[in-house]
Amino acid sequence: MAGNEELLACVIARLIADARHVAVGAASPIPATACELLRAKGRPIRVTRLHQRKGNPFTEGSGELFDLAGQGRIDYFFLGGAQIDGDANINLVRAEGRRFPGSFGSAFMYFACRTILFREEHSRRVLVPKVEFISAPGWSPPEVERRGGPVALLTGKALFRWQKDKRRFLLESVHPGHAVDEVRDITGFQFDEERVDETAATAAQDLALLRGPVAARIAPDYPDFARRVWGIN
Amino acid sequence: MSAVDALVEHIADGAFIALPPDYSLPAMDAVRALIRRRVSKLRLLGVPVLGLSADLLIGAGCVAEVHSSAVSLGEAGLAPRFSEAAEHGEIKVVDYTCPAVHTALQATEKGVPFMPLRGVIGSDLTRGRSDWQIAQNPFAGGKDPILLVSALVPDIALFHARWGDEAGNVWVGRRRELATIAHAARNTYVTVEELRPGDMLEDELLAPGVISSTYVSGIARAERGAWPLGVADVYGIDDAHLAAYAAAAKTREGFRRYLDEFVWQGTKSSLPA
Repeated sequence: MAGNEELLACVIARLIADARHVAVGAASPIPATACELLRAKGRPIRVTRLHQRKGNPFTEGSGELFDLAGQGRIDYFFLGGAQIDGDANINLVRAEGRRFPGSFGSAFMYFACRTILFREEHSRRVLVPKVEFISAPGWSPPEVERRGGPVALLTGKALFRWQKDKRRFLLESVHPGHAVDEVRDITGFQFDEERVDETAATAAQDLALLRGPVAARIAPDYPDFARRVWGIN
Repeated sequence: MSAVDALVEHIADGAFIALPPDYSLPAMDAVRALIRRRVSKLRLLGVPVLGLSADLLIGAGCVAEVHSSAVSLGEAGLAPRFSEAAEHGEIKVVDYTCPAVHTALQATEKGVPFMPLRGVIGSDLTRGRSDWQIAQNPFAGGKDPILLVSALVPDIALFHARWGDEAGNVWVGRRRELATIAHAARNTYVTVEELRPGDMLEDELLAPGVISSTYVSGIARAERGAWPLGVADVYGIDDAHLAAYAAAAKTREGFRRYLDEFVWQGTKSSLPA
């Protein structure tokens, strides 16, 4: 049976299937796994790992990422949050008296790239009615230039689609082993529901790729993750 | 007095000091020397984020302000001394977003008072600050608000480099954000892994990775000077040490013991490079 990390990677791979260029950070082993899965399936997708230790793609320093994104050369990016609210605002600064590391590039990247919000923890602590600090807004008025923005919110228990016109999340699917009632109960913001499916299980063919070529390509930059999920040392 | 101790004598209390992230050649020996010198009231600028260097300086009581897009130990987790100092109001924190730091330094590099940056509008980062303004794009036909970021001039840039040469140049390779910091800062001090004879600008293969002596105020040799962080192709990041630090620094007592061993006594890893 597939682990939850493998399931989440497969969901992300479906969400970004049309990508030509995706950037992933050091804290994003599951999105990186999704990208490698697409590559293993023969998709000609360019994956830029920001903290790649050997053979890093940047030659102009860390600022080059933002130049690339600012020109529209990166299709998808991933952001998380100490808090995420029903307007798709994210908070990486402070919550409930606790200080978090900070906003990083979010206030720029969320505008420049189609963004998958990804946070494994699904709780009322994280998914709140209103964030305490807006690191990056989920929505901008029409006069503000904005190429990118939220596409979906994926957690360890469910997948929400962002409805840009309604400025609300729509619960699309609930992962195997979880129920819609449970998701309603642990989500702090209001969202829409229509026909909620069960998130498609990981196909045997994908699982074989994940545990073979994908795992081997992930291990060098995400050693802890590869050890934990696939037992690779 | 060691060469590194002498170098950091140039860094005054209260200086506005630009530092690179953990992955981009931090001058850790110089940071340890600053703590031993009991420097105080530093105003740190993270270009664009900060890690271990900032956490050490904050925990040791050397810092008044942190201007950064984030302070974190990466895979090793939250920066515990930063988090606690921020939560208790012991330091002033001015939050940025990464490209705004680059943009503010690029403005200084070009000698212009501000530069525009897309995005950011609607973020709480823009609230209550006089150094950012939202203005109308004067070239647009219709409404087009855009953020203007005023230039930032660090007093000091401090980082590590693979090589320094007889001409006073330093080689940072692909870490070109360090060139931007050096161009923007009033004074740039660099610790170097190795000193080499001659002038690297005369070597066509090395020259693109060089920061010219025009921008460099002082150099000091510091072997394994970035440890426990890395220098590409020389030594890697000491992940085990960072994890041990993250655990120790969760308490003030654990942090004090860490300082005793690795800053005051100056123990360095015996791991092979």
